[in-house]
Amino acid sequence: MNNNILTLTSVNKNYGKLKALTAINLELQAGEVLGLFGHNGAGKTTMMKLILGIVKANAGDVSVFGLDPNHKSAWEGRKKIGYLPENVSFYDQLSGLQVLSYFARLKSADKKQVAELLEKVGLSGAQNRAVKTYSKGMRQRLGLAQAFLGEPKLLLLDEPTVGLDPMATKDFYNSVDQLKSSGASIILCSHVLPGVEQHIDNAVILNQGQIVAKGSLTELREQASLPVSITTQGINGALKEAKTLAGFMVSNNQLLVPEPEKVKVIKQLMTFDSISDINVESASLEKIYHHYLQNSQALNESQEKSQ
Amino acid sequence: MNPILAVALKEFQDGLRNRWLLSITLVFAVLAIGLSYYGSLASGQLSSASLSTTIASLSSLSVFIIPLIALLLCYDSFVGEQESGTLLLLLTYPISRGQLLLGKFIGQGCIISLATLLGFGSAAMLLAINGNVTEVFSAFSLFIVSSSLLGLSFIALAYIISLVATEKSKAAGIALLLWLFFVLVFDLVLLGLLVGTENGFTQQGLVQVMMFNPADLFRLINLSALSASDVNGVLAVAINSDFSPFTLILIMLAWIIIPLFFAQLIFTKKSI
Repeated sequence: MNNNILTLTSVNKNYGKLKALTAINLELQAGEVLGLFGHNGAGKTTMMKLILGIVKANAGDVSVFGLDPNHKSAWEGRKKIGYLPENVSFYDQLSGLQVLSYFARLKSADKKQVAELLEKVGLSGAQNRAVKTYSKGMRQRLGLAQAFLGEPKLLLLDEPTVGLDPMATKDFYNSVDQLKSSGASIILCSHVLPGVEQHIDNAVILNQGQIVAKGSLTELREQASLPVSITTQGINGALKEAKTLAGFMVSNNQLLVPEPEKVKVIKQLMTFDSISDINVESASLEKIYHHYLQNSQALNESQEKSQ
Repeated sequence: MNPILAVALKEFQDGLRNRWLLSITLVFAVLAIGLSYYGSLASGQLSSASLSTTIASLSSLSVFIIPLIALLLCYDSFVGEQESGTLLLLLTYPISRGQLLLGKFIGQGCIISLATLLGFGSAAMLLAINGNVTEVFSAFSLFIVSSSLLGLSFIALAYIISLVATEKSKAAGIALLLWLFFVLVFDLVLLGLLVGTENGFTQQGLVQVMMFNPADLFRLINLSALSASDVNGVLAVAINSDFSPFTLILIMLAWIIIPLFFAQLIFTKKSI
């Protein structure tokens, strides 16, 4: 018995002829934050439904807290799971407070927590207003409060920052970090989240129901061997003169350097007296995502041709 | 809190909040009081009607209204939550599909039952003040119980519709058709068979066919307790049947439990 919170072993899920997920292997440790990325229809939501025990896998094993989430014995475990669905509009006629109290009762969560969570997501002022008067962002915050009910050990958040303003997004990531340090595992599901990099331990990229890349961001960056972008100021034309640097140049003050060469190049740049500023940028999550996505699409196309 | 109770409480509070309970109770009360005081106007007399006439006319009106109200109250119970995404969310909570179904049934069933009790009960109170108390209460208690059962049975049928339909508007359409079928078409077809085929139906056979319609069952229960002189129409034939009100109520209960069972079966198979 390992201490994985979540294990998926060669899981397949079909909806009729449509293959939603194929040969998925995934593990999640306690306190791990996993980013699950993929385009629309890549199978992210299906994966969440499998983990939540709403749908059954056609093949393979799903185990959450060591139990099959579809089985009756796993119901108690659901108190430890928080879920934020992608589009949820809640009960329009009820107030925010009433909605959250209802979910708290269903989860047997402490009543005091309802007020605390409303405060935390910044809805205390609007808690007595009907949900139908809420903006998209307020609904999203109510959804988050709902997911944080109880003391979740596993959180599945589908597009958590959609509709949130920058302040609320920052607050959200703070909560994620807090929950992580208290030992909760979190799956963040998204197309690409701006600013998510610092908060996730591992990333999984899905394309057409298959995992095309899996690992920490550093590992993914290495595998993808995407260049580091270095922008300098003050050197201008002098860059062209240096033979070792000229090959990396893409414009007058920008260099694209492979990861292993990075330090050497920076050292060399520092020898220029005129350098006034330097900006080193590793490939962003977005670039990594596009890289893997294009790779897998190219692979699919060549497979189709050869068939 | 027990999840069934939590759901039931929420559904009941919803019924209070959107004034369903209040408006149904008022409709029932106005109907019952109106009919018991002015029911004989139609026959040209201005005196309060006899108790059995009141019950007879009340039940022939209620048989249209109660199923309609129950269907309106519950047709979107599941399909509505599915459209707003809360059904998916609820199913990730520590509550089974059966518990959710039962919770909703208890909550919304309480709304209908309480409305019949308060609405028709108020009329019974008024009648009791002016008349024979025991007589009024025995007649009305059977009427109120059977009305509630009729409501519950159509709630259960509404759940089946709500679970089968993929859109709210479709559910509303199916609910309306179901209502038409049970309160109108069924009886018309029965009448047609009765008239069209000579000796095709025995009286016993007719009553047995009526068991397949909860609305007719409701009429049978109430009319079988009355004296035949106050009843006319097809049902007069059925009044002298061998079934006691008690047996009929048991069959009515089956009309609640079996649809609920089917609803549960559909719910477990449904992919969200």
